[in-house]
Amino acid sequence: MDADHHTETVELISFRIDSQEFCLDIMAVREIRGWTAATPLPHSPPFVRGVINLRGAVLPILDLKARLGLGDAEPSARSVIIVVQVGKRLVGLLVDGVSEILAADPNTVQATPNVGCDVVTRFVRGIITLEGRMISWIALDDILPPEETAEAA
Amino acid sequence: MSKTILTVDDSRMMREMLLKVLSEAGFNVVQAEDGVAGLEALAAAAPDVIITDINMPRMDGYGFIDGVRREGRHRATPILVLSTESSAEKKQRAREAGATGWIVKPFKAESLIEAIRRVSS
Amino acid sequence: MDAMDAIKVTYFQECDELLQELEQGLLALEAGEGDGETINAVFRAVHSVKGGAGAFGFDALVAFAHVFETVLDEMRSGRLDADLDIVKLMLRASDVLTDLLQAAKGEGSVDQARADAMAAELEALTKEDAAAEAPAVAAGEAPAADEWGFTPLRMQIDEPSAAQQGDWRLALKPTTAAYAKGHDAAVLLRELARLGQIESRCDFSALPDFGALAPEQAYLSWDVRVPGGVDETAIREIFDFVGDDCPIELAREEWAIEAPPPAIDPPGETDISALIARVQDSQPREASPAADDAGAAKGQRAEGAASPTIRVGLDRVDRLINLVGELVINQAMLTQRVAESGLARSSTVAIGLDELEQLTREIQDSVMAIRAQPVKSVFQRMPRLVREIAGSTGKQVRLVTEGENTEVDKTVVERLSDPITHMLRNAIDHGLESPEERVAAGKGPEGTVRLAALHRSGRIVIEVSDDGKGINRPRVREIAVNKGLISPDAQLSDDEIDNLIFLPGFSTASSISNISGRGVGMDVVKRSIQGLGGRISISSAPGRGSTFTLSLPLTLAVLDGMVVSAGEHTLVAPLTAIVETLQPKPGDVRALGPRSSVLTVRGGHVPLIDVGMALGWRDHPIDPSEGVVLLIESEGGGRAAIVVDAIQGQRQVVIKSLEENYQRVDAVAAATILGDGRVALILDLDALVNSQRTERFDSPLLAEAS
Repeated sequence: MDADHHTETVELISFRIDSQEFCLDIMAVREIRGWTAATPLPHSPPFVRGVINLRGAVLPILDLKARLGLGDAEPSARSVIIVVQVGKRLVGLLVDGVSEILAADPNTVQATPNVGCDVVTRFVRGIITLEGRMISWIALDDILPPEETAEAA
Repeated sequence: MSKTILTVDDSRMMREMLLKVLSEAGFNVVQAEDGVAGLEALAAAAPDVIITDINMPRMDGYGFIDGVRREGRHRATPILVLSTESSAEKKQRAREAGATGWIVKPFKAESLIEAIRRVSS
Repeated sequence: MDAMDAIKVTYFQECDELLQELEQGLLALEAGEGDGETINAVFRAVHSVKGGAGAFGFDALVAFAHVFETVLDEMRSGRLDADLDIVKLMLRASDVLTDLLQAAKGEGSVDQARADAMAAELEALTKEDAAAEAPAVAAGEAPAADEWGFTPLRMQIDEPSAAQQGDWRLALKPTTAAYAKGHDAAVLLRELARLGQIESRCDFSALPDFGALAPEQAYLSWDVRVPGGVDETAIREIFDFVGDDCPIELAREEWAIEAPPPAIDPPGETDISALIARVQDSQPREASPAADDAGAAKGQRAEGAASPTIRVGLDRVDRLINLVGELVINQAMLTQRVAESGLARSSTVAIGLDELEQLTREIQDSVMAIRAQPVKSVFQRMPRLVREIAGSTGKQVRLVTEGENTEVDKTVVERLSDPITHMLRNAIDHGLESPEERVAAGKGPEGTVRLAALHRSGRIVIEVSDDGKGINRPRVREIAVNKGLISPDAQLSDDEIDNLIFLPGFSTASSISNISGRGVGMDVVKRSIQGLGGRISISSAPGRGSTFTLSLPLTLAVLDGMVVSAGEHTLVAPLTAIVETLQPKPGDVRALGPRSSVLTVRGGHVPLIDVGMALGWRDHPIDPSEGVVLLIESEGGGRAAIVVDAIQGQRQVVIKSLEENYQRVDAVAAATILGDGRVALILDLDALVNSQRTERFDSPLLAEAS
């Protein structure tokens, strides 16, 4: 899938959720900011923590750990919000902290193994192996909850 | 030296059209939106040819042509009337005011350029 | 060709403005307020539409505009009297012109039969009243693209026979007037030279001694030989352009042996002082209308001249408004922090902050004023609508508009059109009587509908009133009872009965007419207005008419809200929906069914909604007597009591979209940012009440009952 990028390396931002390592394409990241309490939204899925004020815009905050089905995050002083661009929208992802920025050759990205888990297929676009570590590259396209279809009426 | 044309027309669209046609033909273009503005523009620009509409607010084409002819410097500058009107009576009136020629809108770009070349030596 | 497309876009924009001017002018004439300049402006509008249309080959538009323009020209010149019938015809013609233009834009189609019929009606006017002018008009009928309009100079010369192909001899003597009009003998000779090998001889004989030479005077003449093979019309065409100012004599060589006649110039033309006198003579006739125009235009355009305008992209203004919104929030945050820090109110910091707050408000007001627009753009569309409804109902209607310069934020202007349209439809269709009914009731056959805009207590108020029959209250009441909207023994005031028409599913028309029966009832109008934070009501006087009053916030960028708490959450409720706030006594709350309860307010029972529970934030309602109740009026005039923990205060808040980065959230209208920098949700009270209603339908008790 990344065949036409073979000459360039991609820069990725990596972070940990419990014992697993994940990363995001740095091109999608707009900024990283400290955790501030979010205003909860009614009738929203549990992984939607609510909304915060990002310089006057209303930014939804998703608990990435919960989104990946790994249990609810417990925000602490170390927690950060990674602001990412998904299509035209800006979304904040709550994670425990950012580890490092790494460069990877897209050719070394391995296809996501089929582990028979819906969450993995939807949110992991590939696996990067680096110095014996296994890092899951997060796909952002489906990260927001689906729109309520009632709106169409 | 490219020639300078002063166009006087209250229609924004007509001004845009003239600007396009004339600048593509290599003329410098100065524009005004009615007779009063046309006379004002005359002070700054020294046009080689003037193209004016007849029906305009504030000061119409007849008043404008007359004003140009009475303003010393431009007594002999060719003035072409560009109008949708084509009645003999109106042409006569424009001629009396001092117009050099009359072109009926809508115009073909080539005929306009041709007319300008004809009146400017 | 994209440059041409861009010009076409300009043309259509310009046409929209021109058509508005046209309609306004005609309406002024209809009201008897027009003068000569109004007719001029109306003429110019049609004329300019036609001029551009020709450039793009919109032939149908050109043809119709031409006929229309001809009539207006007759009016302008005073040959046709602008009486009321003619002005009304012109108004209908302007509608046809609008349709033709829409069709040219590729939006909508034209009823060609209607356009043709209208053109015929217009033509009949000029034929009848200005038969003598018809040939002149016809001459302008189909202007050729490159026609050189100056009338050819007719010269009395014998027509040479085709067999005789002797060379042409041309005597050419430009007059002073020709030079004064920008002509140049050299140019004319060059033109001739393009036709073939010419021989020209300049006659200097008239040239005086240098001392006597008048620089403006024409002294020279030319004798030109043009090859015989050149077409006569080609030669004459060159001089068509100059006309009488450069008389020529053209003849085949055989006939042109004599010298040019001595007096080619009309007497006096060679005399510069006579020329000046002639020009000055013509001044009063030619220049004074222009001077009058200029004078009239000065008055009319005074605003425009005094304050020059610039065009700015809307996105820039929107961005500025957003930034100022953030400035307001930041300033509120700062004020709150300073207050929390315990600084004395008299400290220089606090005083400086007060000034900052003042300034911020002023900046916000000024910025909002940039985007403010007069409601004119919406009002201008209404005369046509009224004419059409009048036409299809057979009623005679006069529309009077007031306050069309009342300004309101652009976001609101755009959303006024639909409700006004519906209110006008309703006023004509249901409010006004037929001409016969009116006469029978002792009124004039023509009904009046008034559309007015005004500012009142920081809101814009739109009133639509008619002088029709008023609301038939017994009938309205009967319908409401029949439809189960009210109980037969309900005690209602006249006002309350009038406002029953806003109940969902209510329609007073005994037969659904094709005007009001488009599936949109007044309930829908009311809901859409409430969605904008507005209110609508009606008052009526039997036999004398009804008035709809619609009020809206001046902007959709900010909102007056009541800040409330529900548990640890802070919410904002739009102030417009709140009728009153009250602290219920324990006895006022009664359970109804397993999960719902009602509040007794002045003898009536109002459903209670616990906001915290409705939003899924708690499992059990709080005891209403320990909280505060917001009594709100929801869609259709239904009331509900919203229970919150506490009221924090009233505040103007900046509206922020939730959908920009997220999506619609049920029962939430939008979000805002409070002084502490946190996001607070603005409640959609109607949706909140509705969601409770559906929920209760799902509950066993009501499911059985229904």
